[in-house]
Amino acid sequence: MAERGRVIVIGAGIIGAAIARSLVRGGSDVVVLDRGPSAGGTSSSGEGNLLVSDKGPGSELELMQRSLELWREIGPQLRDELPSGFPGLELEYKGGLVVATTEQGAQGLREFAAQQRTAGVLAEEVGEEQVRQLEPDLTRNYTSAVYYPQDAQVQPVIATESLLASARSGGAQVHQGVEVLGAVTSGSRITGVRTSNGDFLGDAVVVAAGPWSGQLAAKLGASLPVKPRRGTVMVTTRMPQRIQHKVYDADYVGAVGSGAADLQVSSVVESTAAGTVLIGSSRERRGFDDRIEARVLAALAAKALLLFPFLSDVAVMRAYGGFRPFMPDHLPVIGADPRVPGLWHATGHEGAGIGLSLATAEILTRELLETPGENPFRVDRPSLQPYLEEAA
Amino acid sequence: MSEKACQVLIIGGGPAGMSAARAALAGGAQVVLLEAGDALGGQFWRHLPESRKGGEEQVLHHKWRHFNTVQRELRDDPGCEVVLGAHVWAIERPDGGQAPAVHVMVGPPDGADREPRTYLPQSIIFATGGQERTLPFPGWDLPGVYTAGAAQALAKGERVAVGQRVLVAGAGPFLLPVVTSLIRTGATVIGVAEASGWKRLAKGWLSRPWELAATRSKAGELGGYLREMVHHRVPYRAGTTVIAAHGEESVESVTLARLDADWKPVPGTQRRVEVDAVCVSHGFVPRTELALTVGCTVDAHGFVVVDDQQRTSVENVFCAGELTGIGGVDLALAEGEIAGATAAGTQPRASVVKARNVFRAFAERLQTAHGIRPGWQTWPEPGTTLCRCEDVTVGEVREVAAATQARGLRSLKLTTRAGLGPCQGRTCGRNTEEILSSCGLLDPGRTARRPIAIPVRLGELAATTSSQREETP
Repeated sequence: MAERGRVIVIGAGIIGAAIARSLVRGGSDVVVLDRGPSAGGTSSSGEGNLLVSDKGPGSELELMQRSLELWREIGPQLRDELPSGFPGLELEYKGGLVVATTEQGAQGLREFAAQQRTAGVLAEEVGEEQVRQLEPDLTRNYTSAVYYPQDAQVQPVIATESLLASARSGGAQVHQGVEVLGAVTSGSRITGVRTSNGDFLGDAVVVAAGPWSGQLAAKLGASLPVKPRRGTVMVTTRMPQRIQHKVYDADYVGAVGSGAADLQVSSVVESTAAGTVLIGSSRERRGFDDRIEARVLAALAAKALLLFPFLSDVAVMRAYGGFRPFMPDHLPVIGADPRVPGLWHATGHEGAGIGLSLATAEILTRELLETPGENPFRVDRPSLQPYLEEAA
Repeated sequence: MSEKACQVLIIGGGPAGMSAARAALAGGAQVVLLEAGDALGGQFWRHLPESRKGGEEQVLHHKWRHFNTVQRELRDDPGCEVVLGAHVWAIERPDGGQAPAVHVMVGPPDGADREPRTYLPQSIIFATGGQERTLPFPGWDLPGVYTAGAAQALAKGERVAVGQRVLVAGAGPFLLPVVTSLIRTGATVIGVAEASGWKRLAKGWLSRPWELAATRSKAGELGGYLREMVHHRVPYRAGTTVIAAHGEESVESVTLARLDADWKPVPGTQRRVEVDAVCVSHGFVPRTELALTVGCTVDAHGFVVVDDQQRTSVENVFCAGELTGIGGVDLALAEGEIAGATAAGTQPRASVVKARNVFRAFAERLQTAHGIRPGWQTWPEPGTTLCRCEDVTVGEVREVAAATQARGLRSLKLTTRAGLGPCQGRTCGRNTEEILSSCGLLDPGRTARRPIAIPVRLGELAATTSSQREETP
């Protein structure tokens, strides 16, 4: 299915940006369209997680492991490609520490870490002394702690803009403020998109619009069961760094893997390069309702204090919310849509899109420009079938 | 955390909020008035605390007697609860047509035991006022460069003069009372530089003079300031401003330049003047974060859009005072009265509606005569600080915007860090947006959005989950 010609990528978030860069380097002529500004949706609403710690053995973990290799490779490339005034990625291999605070939680955490080790994840249960060294200000009231040295962090907006800028320098066109209204078709095949700014024609159309991909796919003639899953993050005022790693309570893993619609809160606490502390994370499915609620902020604060009691006197100065692209079978969709020739998808990464972006782009590029291979994320995988029918 | 129901909740205890409270009470409503400071009066009636009362408040404050009367009425009315030290940190737009829930911390900002409260009002009136807008120029962050408002606050609230040789620069009639306050606290004001030229001033103030007759009290107030300036031989220069401040430890001199109609400096007109303090004020921006969070529609200048009854686009939500346009105390008093009466379910007095319309026209004159012009963007140098909190320069912001070609403020804030510090863009937000406007921003106005309205400690936030619910009628 070599479509080396012109590819239209819908979505100027990190997935679209990574795909645009990758396709340009593969020799395609790329047009990126976004109805809003670049990095204006989910990509600017999270912490910038590159995590293995929250993923059990399976294809998503493998995608993340490949992505981590690619971040090591592409991070320095971006630095060399972009002009000196371009802000740095803040790509930090800081490691993660997952902490259980109950006996039951400790048991679950140990078992999960043991499974992860069989899949090549570095997950080391650490004793009291080492915990003290890793995080001197962590609560003493924990039952177990596992250290994940491979966990990393990147500034997600700078990462998105860097990938886009790199794509642009390779010839991609990026149009912000252009809304896709529908498909241009030739027979059953999609050959372009109608937009608020005229028609754009191409040999392939890639939908990379995060949680809005379902709406977009529907406009282009294919249903996709991606739903928004709301999250809220709080940011503290700047302070001298007292949190060295990404620190989560063990509930985080359960919350990520769960599909429940009601509010779930688990702690993710980390410092940023700028000196602020980010406090997440909440998960709730309630459509595209963008209100920031006091009850969610209070629950986030209470959970964070369980891990780091010293934060009690630290002030929160802002909060932001966003929508993760949630898939009912907890796997992203990457590949051609067998129902509409010429239509491709790259979405559904839930809260892991920043981390997974580079390997996602690699798979999509390979499938689109070379030969399709074994792809566990394909649209017609069995686990997605019932939902595709439901959405249609 | 206690949850309290109330009929009319008013946020902001300045002229607009006090006037709203009084009118709502007169309409028979039960009223809660929230004020973040430790006294009513707002910025306009800022005064010495009761404990060290000054004898000359009536001299320093316009309409001081009126303030005292209203303050007494509110204090004595059993239907009115005035809550001082009330910091609204979050507000929520509920489902359906109810008024928003308002989350408040009561107590001194740095106090350990602030009391969390949630109000569930039937109607809400925002009277959160405005704050000064200071445009950046080289040296604007030097010690000795004050906002005119800060100088005014020091004079009114502390009786302290900011310097001995003081230059006042910026735009608008607010420069005049600052001069008066400075003179009365013993400073020598060596001049006033008004950025707008005579031609624009005339267009704003001299057209349709018969309309101005209705604003006699306003004219009288300004006339008083002018007389005092003339008496003290303070030179007033139109079409002139400070485009740079110089000094090692603090300001020692400034560069004055003549400006063209767009506020671009006219080449060859620059001259140095020695000073030991500069007060600058280029205009005002409304404090709209609460109104924006609940979804009130704003106009292109960022002011909340209201109808003739001061209703916003959100049901049961009203706005009064500087939030709807910068018009000074008379407009704020009239708008407050209309909002308060309407929120209580009564008709506002016809005379006050008329007064509001007259003073609104006055506010439009202000904008015509003194509104900020884009030429200011030529004053800063690349190294001039734009965002003081995060130490971001004008040059850095322009460079990053050019490199990323981003058209979204959210992205640009996060790549440049402008507006991300403790003040959350209150000082630099509008300036940053204008500097970036050439990028073709797709989400203008974004820097005014702040779902957390003031910083709150995590311990305080966490405590709101566990406390009890208490309903009062």
